[in-house]
Amino acid sequence: MTSVASSGAARSIRVVTLYPEVMDVYADRGNLLAVQARCRVLGVGVEVIAVGMGDALPSEADLVLIGGGQDREQRRIAPDLAAKGSALRAWADSYTAMLAVCGGFQLFGNFYRTGAGEELPGVGLFDVTTVAPAPGMPRCIGDMLAQSDLAGVGELVGFENHGGRTYLGPRALAFAWVRHGFGNNGDDGTEGAVYREAIGTYLHGSVLPKNPALLDRLILAALRHRYGAEASIEATRDEYAERAHRAAADVARKRGRANS
Amino acid sequence: MARCRMKHENGERRSRSPFLYLPALPPCEGLCPQTPSEEMERIGQQVAARPDRDLGSPVSWSYEVMMAGVGIRARGALLLGRGAGEAVRRLGRGGGTALPGLVAGRLAPGLLEACAAQLGHGLITVTGTNGKTTTSHLISAAARIAGLHPLHNRSGSNLERGVISTFVGEVDGTGTMPGAADRLGVIELDEAVWPLLLPSLRPRVAVFLNLFRDQLDRYGEVDSVAEGWQRALAAYPFRTTLVLNVDDPSVAALADGNAAREVIGFGVEDVAIALDGAEHASDARFCVCGATYRYDAVYMGHVGIWRCDACGRSRPTPVVSARNIRLGTDSTTFELVVAREVTEVTIPLAGLYSVYNALAAAAGAHALGLPLEATTRALAESGPAFGRQERFALDGRMVRVLLAKNPTGLNEVIRTLLALPDDATLLALLNDGIQDGQDVSWIYDADLERLSGREFRLIVSGDRADDLALRCAVAGLEPRMVERDIAFALNAAIAATPVGGRIEIVATYTAMIAIRGMLATRTGAQPYWESTE
Repeated sequence: MTSVASSGAARSIRVVTLYPEVMDVYADRGNLLAVQARCRVLGVGVEVIAVGMGDALPSEADLVLIGGGQDREQRRIAPDLAAKGSALRAWADSYTAMLAVCGGFQLFGNFYRTGAGEELPGVGLFDVTTVAPAPGMPRCIGDMLAQSDLAGVGELVGFENHGGRTYLGPRALAFAWVRHGFGNNGDDGTEGAVYREAIGTYLHGSVLPKNPALLDRLILAALRHRYGAEASIEATRDEYAERAHRAAADVARKRGRANS
Repeated sequence: MARCRMKHENGERRSRSPFLYLPALPPCEGLCPQTPSEEMERIGQQVAARPDRDLGSPVSWSYEVMMAGVGIRARGALLLGRGAGEAVRRLGRGGGTALPGLVAGRLAPGLLEACAAQLGHGLITVTGTNGKTTTSHLISAAARIAGLHPLHNRSGSNLERGVISTFVGEVDGTGTMPGAADRLGVIELDEAVWPLLLPSLRPRVAVFLNLFRDQLDRYGEVDSVAEGWQRALAAYPFRTTLVLNVDDPSVAALADGNAAREVIGFGVEDVAIALDGAEHASDARFCVCGATYRYDAVYMGHVGIWRCDACGRSRPTPVVSARNIRLGTDSTTFELVVAREVTEVTIPLAGLYSVYNALAAAAGAHALGLPLEATTRALAESGPAFGRQERFALDGRMVRVLLAKNPTGLNEVIRTLLALPDDATLLALLNDGIQDGQDVSWIYDADLERLSGREFRLIVSGDRADDLALRCAVAGLEPRMVERDIAFALNAAIAATPVGGRIEIVATYTAMIAIRGMLATRTGAQPYWESTE
């Protein structure tokens, strides 16, 4: 476990990154970089705690980040993550902000069923299950544009690349609705899942830098976890983020799989 | 959506040659694999499932591998394929234009073999994520200096089609290659295509450079590429010398399953040049035994002096190595060690990655039995390959083009830029075409943060200029201009740079092609060094 703190700020949040060495094959560390850059602008300090295999979780966290990994590496961390499951679920219950991307999202679900029918247990933080694609089924790869019902989040852009198909259980809420792309399974129009302030998604890109509304929502949730419901942030615009968002949205409209 | 994800050489959709109407081409839907790795796996299984396969007869063997690759519609041509050699001859004599493209494509695998088998000095393949073009360019130069006539596929033509096209251009109407006795094939191959073409090309020497995360939207995962290499070698019954980068554990591991083959390792022996710690974009963290690798030195990404304390595997000692490396802004000097012979070499290329390419070329040339003198002359004199550190004099400014198309490549370019004075102009271009990778996420895996604090004039351009500008801003770098139009951005870079100053262009593949074309047109002259191919 390594910890990096930035001091001097009046307010600060603690960010826990799970298995950053292995669950980050797909540039998802851009999410942490975006949180750090945005918090600099907002005057919020960021303490980052990297939790690797065999490391204990810290007692508290305001924001948890986990990305996607290769299949082999996902299998490696699964037992370690399962051992942390009850603590992570308790954090989610107490409104810790979370962002689980792609493989991380799958591992935060109930289980992953392999092509051979084996069920690899997940954390069960989201009531979702993921199944390996049937033989001959392609991976879900491409630009995505989706619309979220979550307050303040709105339109989402990014890039997805996953084989597994994820299905929402009765207690799960979709994070967003796919306009272009595949989303959870390419079939029911849902993308990701939400539980309290925890968000699971298939969006890479990295997703937070170019979706500034989502970034601010997570930072605000982390601040409220730390300082209570009155905490707020000043809504300053980030023109770079907005332009990149628009550019990615244009690309997704042009070449992303149309969702009818 | 149903777009082919395979890289089609330089965007060529068709070729003038009758051989090149491969069935995988214009109507990609349904015929092309979703990802090459999945396709490789499928083909591997089909081949492995054939107990009666005749490994002693490379023509039919390779033919069937290829047939497996073109899908059900091609099955009907299997009968034809039994007489593939003869059909190729007929095709050549009869002027293939008369034949439907599909048939020609089906016959092409046999043609590859027929051509490769004629090369008097055999053939060397070069594959890996980064450095293929420069390495094969250097091997080609060494071969030429040694008096051979290399047959070398051009940059970007490293898929099946490109290789076939290279050969087709060299054979006459009877399918014979004039002067073949003096010829050596130097073939750069896409890392996902290498397993497919191994049986046809039957290389004397196979060079493996490195394996980094690259275009995950196209290749799938890094692991599957390495598995594809291993599987292809395991199923390949012929002799081939493996030239391996021992500093990259996933490349070095190829030696483990190939104890019967000759292996020549190359690597860097200079811990003074190591990084402080592992870079973010590190792709081989775990040994085959499952433990985590330890590093005595990290040179780039996961490349370095590694060992596994759990099972005792460790980096083999390289036969070809570089010592005492001195990195300059435009050139690099080091001691080249080839089987205990030491030569001081200065290459007109910057960056540690260029040293690796030079070592790979030297090791490949050594494996081929070329004289060391030819290698050292090639390294010193042959200059950059197309778009790889090529330099142009434009309106009194020195312009250098640096290709960067994946995190490790960009990290190495950044390391090279850090050696420059602050008054340089940096023109960074990000495109998202199929050959660039449609997913631009990878820019977050590269360590742009290392450039913060530097005062380069930064201009950002390309189709995804807005994404790159945001990436720079996240890293604390403020672009002076964000302009999607590359020609406009180039003009702005020239205007912003005083006469005598330098403009460093960092570009993804299609952006490099575009801006290199503009530079060649505008300078009207040859670049400082012209690729001799």
